[in-house]
Amino acid sequence: MPEHTPPGKGPLIGAGVALAIAIVVPLLVWTYAKPDPELWGIPFFFWYQFLLVIASVVLTSIAYKLVIDHERKRRLAEGRTNGEER
Amino acid sequence: MNDIDPVSLTIFLFFFLLVTVLGFLAARWRKAETLDNLDEWGLGGRSFGTFIAWFLIGGDIYTAYTFIAVPALLYAGNATGFFAVPYTIILYPIIFVFLPRLWSVSHRRSYVTPADFVQGRFDSRGLSLAIAFTGILATLPYIALQLVGIQAVLDVMGLGGGEDAGWFRKDVPLFVAFALLAAYTYSSGLRAPALIAFVKDTLIYLVIIVAVIYLPTQLGGWSGIFDSAGKAFDSFNKDSADAIAAGEARPKGLIPGLGVSQWAYATLSLGSALALFMYPHSVTAVLSTKNRNIIRRNAALLPAYSFLLGLLALLGIAAVAAGIQVKNPQLAIPQLFEQEFSPWFAGVAFAAIVIGAFVPAAIMSIAAANLWTRNIYKAFLKPDATDAQEAQQSKYASLLVKFGALLFVLALPKDFAINLQLLGGIWILQTLPAIVIGLYTRWFHRYALIAGWAVGMVWGTIAAYNTEVVGDPGSHFGGSVAPLEVFGIHLSDNLIYFGLTALTLNLIVAAAGTFICRALDIDAGTDDTHPTDYLADAGDPDVVDRLDPLSTPPVD
Repeated sequence: MPEHTPPGKGPLIGAGVALAIAIVVPLLVWTYAKPDPELWGIPFFFWYQFLLVIASVVLTSIAYKLVIDHERKRRLAEGRTNGEER
Repeated sequence: MNDIDPVSLTIFLFFFLLVTVLGFLAARWRKAETLDNLDEWGLGGRSFGTFIAWFLIGGDIYTAYTFIAVPALLYAGNATGFFAVPYTIILYPIIFVFLPRLWSVSHRRSYVTPADFVQGRFDSRGLSLAIAFTGILATLPYIALQLVGIQAVLDVMGLGGGEDAGWFRKDVPLFVAFALLAAYTYSSGLRAPALIAFVKDTLIYLVIIVAVIYLPTQLGGWSGIFDSAGKAFDSFNKDSADAIAAGEARPKGLIPGLGVSQWAYATLSLGSALALFMYPHSVTAVLSTKNRNIIRRNAALLPAYSFLLGLLALLGIAAVAAGIQVKNPQLAIPQLFEQEFSPWFAGVAFAAIVIGAFVPAAIMSIAAANLWTRNIYKAFLKPDATDAQEAQQSKYASLLVKFGALLFVLALPKDFAINLQLLGGIWILQTLPAIVIGLYTRWFHRYALIAGWAVGMVWGTIAAYNTEVVGDPGSHFGGSVAPLEVFGIHLSDNLIYFGLTALTLNLIVAAAGTFICRALDIDAGTDDTHPTDYLADAGDPDVVDRLDPLSTPPVD
């Protein structure tokens, strides 16, 4: 199938960056282990981490989209040869 | 200490019996020709799509750990307890990266367990045995945590007979419940926990939503809860200033203080996240999915559970605000439910917690049993075992694993059940170099990996053994973090999770060993896998849709 060119590495790098942010930011404990500013009387430490949960869903979903697209294009580009050379 | 409430008990028993009946019926659900082979019994026929897989994985993660162990830490004023939230936040991106590769290579090469993969990749029976052994060992304390959770609920319901009861009266309900679990797991395999997961998750969502909406209104809202819990901790710290200074008590707080305990928070999160998906039961769940992208989609969807986990953890603080006074912090949440809910809803909540502990206990014991049968029994003890003999072995092994877990409950300190899970984490993390790094590179030498594994296991176990329970000198297995100290050399005051330190030692030894093995020109064995195996998906040529664990194991 000559009309399908193999996809570039761009989307994979993008997905990697999104996932890396989702992994590293929650580990930077000193950035959020503090009581203020409070939100509705809830210390910053707690509400910020709930925010991180939502951010993680968004980042992981973005990575999912990027990787799925990339994988589909790669499979099309590889055509029938995919998986046969062993 | 607690009287039995007839309404709570009736509702609890209703749901418990419902689940038991479902467990037995599960054998007929989506019935395949026969359960008499390991594939059917241990992998539930593998025909699970996104929806059921989502429930199954959720069932593994949100357990007595969530309902009992984590809130117990927060109740006791141990501010690092909330680490469970960042743990589950970073878990999913990590799963997203690693597990699709494991799915692909497993389905291309008919690997059913992580030990199969390691055998095929590194061509070493010794390393494969080490991986299988570690998987089974690490599962035991994790199941033990579930038992502690069940025991806490039965205790609060008044079934344990209170503090003065003899050991028999105290433990009978636990043994009965456990025998039932063993019986239906034995007859139905993985489909029992899969079907029960529906009931369980419905109950759990109901209980959590009621708990996080209704309870705060009873206790002055979340701001009121944080306020009064903060004051309670402050006055504890003032009253116990002498004991704290003497190291007999731990100061209480809501937020980890600057410095040392923030390191505990971060390393516990990272260590737990890296550990979770290497447990045999996680691998079983992942391999039961239809294609590799279901894993990624789940990774994007599952954090919805993290939100609930965080809210549940905060109930530990709500229990402080509600004035719950229990000596055993594990009882805080059941006690809170009994105090604040009407009796019938307390019954529902108790059922949710107990069933929520059963499902993962069943899944874990089945996965550990498969590991035993395939990678120890068949690989070493009886290579010519028939299909029926293998299935029988797995069933016996899943019973034995449950009793092994009971031993952990009886032998280790129970004041913080989370340490049981963290102890399992120390062990399972030592399989990371072979399994996870092995998915990407074969750089490490097989014998160096064994050496690294051994060093990590021994160091981690000794470090955990030497940790005393606070206020109980001479006791063992009292915690999972300590100031960084390796072989008597003090490196840092920061509190570091033993699992990560052991893993670092493991990697250093494995790397050094690899250089030595290469210098001595020791045979590295042959790799059974091919780079394209790691990207294969369902529908590709040579991808096995349904793995058959009874085929010849991938030895040579």
